[in-house]
Amino acid sequence: MSQLAQYRRPFWDTQPGYRFDPYGSTQLRSPNEPLIVVPQTLSEITGPAFGGAFVRQGDNDLTRIASADAIGERIIVSGRVLDENGRPVPDALIEIWQANAAGRYLHKRDQHDAPLDPNFSGEGRTVTDAHGRYQFKTIKPGAYPWGNHYNGWRPQHIHFSLFGRAYATRLVTQMYFPGDPLLEFDPIFQCVPDVKARNRLVATLDWETTVPEYALGYRFDIVLRGRNATPME
Amino acid sequence: MLYPTTSQTVGPYLHIGLSGLNCADLTAGLPDPGAPKVVIEGRVIDGQGNPVPDGMIEIWQADAQGVYRHPDDPGYAGKDDARSAFTGFGRVPTEPDGSFRFTTIKPGRVAGPDGTWQAPHLVVSLFMRGLLKHLSTRMYFPDEAQANENDWILQQVPAARRATLVAQQTDNGGLRWEVVLQGKGETVFFDI
Repeated sequence: MSQLAQYRRPFWDTQPGYRFDPYGSTQLRSPNEPLIVVPQTLSEITGPAFGGAFVRQGDNDLTRIASADAIGERIIVSGRVLDENGRPVPDALIEIWQANAAGRYLHKRDQHDAPLDPNFSGEGRTVTDAHGRYQFKTIKPGAYPWGNHYNGWRPQHIHFSLFGRAYATRLVTQMYFPGDPLLEFDPIFQCVPDVKARNRLVATLDWETTVPEYALGYRFDIVLRGRNATPME
Repeated sequence: MLYPTTSQTVGPYLHIGLSGLNCADLTAGLPDPGAPKVVIEGRVIDGQGNPVPDGMIEIWQADAQGVYRHPDDPGYAGKDDARSAFTGFGRVPTEPDGSFRFTTIKPGRVAGPDGTWQAPHLVVSLFMRGLLKHLSTRMYFPDEAQANENDWILQQVPAARRATLVAQQTDNGGLRWEVVLQGKGETVFFDI
């Protein structure tokens, strides 16, 4: 069978499945039938390229959407987007969203009794540079309760959505913060058996990007699927 | 060797960060999209038949000539941009009743495995609270019976389930395609 050079399949236990009972919402939204494994065709090795056209200057600064500063602990979140082969992924669109410092989302379905901040919407986007680098300035999100289980609380996190080079490299994930005691109780964070894999979702404190007297830096590198060098025969 | 980052759910508040890229009409602003417009409507439902009101659907497709707007498509590489103003990408949230709607064109045929030609299709990603990893599927066109029959990817699907990937013609000339996440009539999802 001749095929295009393929994006690799995930290593065992490093990606979640669909049904995961501790996270209740998976129970009615996960397929019962096994997924059908197919090779990637031209349809999957291509994908939308947004480049910079979709991103405006300042879209990576979530702290200044209005005339006044957002409330909370200012942070710099940065890193590189690489593929499995260690090569940078340039021009990758990154969209992020998050709760405010009080743990409240600017969303009509969020009924948590915590204050909204008129100077914080919680959305940002950027595109990686030629070296795969990206950077956001934002506010450290608060933890918040959710109804998954009794006294359930989500650890502090930022949602990330990425387009790499192909439909096959699409990734949505969440970034967490080091030392958060809620991580070990969070079914979403705990969704994969591989401890190292989930710990890679935890950013590290980064002195290089920490700005003295201004903001702490956190580093979060993201790895997208990488392609085999040669077509499979 | 690095390991790809672990996928996590979009959660219930995806609209905050992902609405900016919404595109329900892939033909918008194109003087000539290259083929007649087609409206695709459907609904996403869960394992109890309840609508999914907080999901998001993305589609990716070739243009009317079967060319993807991407440098890895040999048909696109080196071509001038004017012909392929059609981007091929759409994204919509599901509505409170679980419904979604795209306006697009039927793509041309693109190369498949083993030197075959694939039937016209969209590749589709589903995102929602309760999906730790997005689901991948495909939508095929009902007026392409012969091409669908010979489609290399469709042939990997048990015959009894193939119909879940083919939209149905509606009375008003559009297409209807239901996505069933679980249980009776469950849509075929692919591990790509």
